[in-house]
Amino acid sequence: MALVFCGVCSHAPGITGRAERADPDLREPFYAALGGMRDGLHATRPDALVVVAAEHFANFFMNNMPAYALGMADSYDGPIEDPAWLGIRPRTVRGNPDLSRRLIAEVQQTVDVAYAEEWRFDHGIMVPLHFLDPNNVLTVIPGNINCQGPPLSPLRRAWAFGEAIRRAADLVPERIALVCTGGISHWPATPDSGMINEAWDRQFLDRWARQDKAGMVSYTDQATYCDAGQGGFEIRTFVAAAAAARGPGTVHFYAPIPIFAVGCTVGTLEIV
Amino acid sequence: MSLYQLSKFLFQLNRDEDLKTRFKAGPQAALEPFGLTTEERDAILSHDIGLIYVLGVNGQILMHFAAFCGIEWSDYLQRMRDGVKHYGPVRAGIYTMQSGLDDKVAGA
Ligand SMILES: [Fe+2]
Repeated sequence: MALVFCGVCSHAPGITGRAERADPDLREPFYAALGGMRDGLHATRPDALVVVAAEHFANFFMNNMPAYALGMADSYDGPIEDPAWLGIRPRTVRGNPDLSRRLIAEVQQTVDVAYAEEWRFDHGIMVPLHFLDPNNVLTVIPGNINCQGPPLSPLRRAWAFGEAIRRAADLVPERIALVCTGGISHWPATPDSGMINEAWDRQFLDRWARQDKAGMVSYTDQATYCDAGQGGFEIRTFVAAAAAARGPGTVHFYAPIPIFAVGCTVGTLEIV
Repeated sequence: MSLYQLSKFLFQLNRDEDLKTRFKAGPQAALEPFGLTTEERDAILSHDIGLIYVLGVNGQILMHFAAFCGIEWSDYLQRMRDGVKHYGPVRAGIYTMQSGLDDKVAGA
């Protein structure tokens, strides 16, 4: 039927795993913004939620790395990490292989997306689901953009992937919600963990909110690594969301929370 | 230098319960099929997080090995920093340290 919801959020494992170590004055408004996104998402009564993430070697490795992938399984298990470390209990998430197949077929008209009938969720998808679908009621179709093992797909191709998801969502009879999750600037799991480039983040979010495509796709990976860390490569997911929604974005929350190792972000885009 | 092989071993260890069991029982034998250099093998056997980082392994793979070794998060971050201090800058891959050696950046 249509794309009915489009949003972005952070997914760093510290958001749940190191929750008690964060300043409550930052943490609680961030959680509240995620709660607002959850309410907005469920209010659109989606038949399926496509979560485009940037996984961290849960399913895909440098032996055979797809630039873009979509899931096509009956169900998905997660988290792949130690549930105690992540602070998220294991769950089995319902998929819809028939819907996946139809979406993938349309996406493939313009993007050579890989598909996967086996897919386990890491924190990249589990952290968003923990907040956005706490009761595990949604049908989920996972997507992935390789943001870990370079060479990485160019940003303008991430834009094309978002456009393709939009076209596919508009073609199927189901109501599709899209959540894209990643960065922005951060240096997760490195000795620089905790660094956050707030100025860089705010500039990127400004471009994102204004649908400034040229600005959003202008970053080279080399410059992104210098200014925004390897976590900055995950802007690909935000770029895809902007391309899918076509309308202006609203940043509902942004604040660097160093113990979460990321500038924590919640945003939604108008679908036009 | 075989960063791919070293990464591959850690990736497999992160996800393969059977390999975890074999590695605990006999680490040398479990490492054998991966064709690592002596330096890489020794780094794994001695849980030298700092050296593995300097050899170029992505933190999204390495952090799980640290947890597997019972190394706490803040300690894990510090060990990578100490590794650069001791062995010098990251030698392969793209994940070089960007802050100064004695900078305090960790939110931990
Ligand atoms: Fe990530």
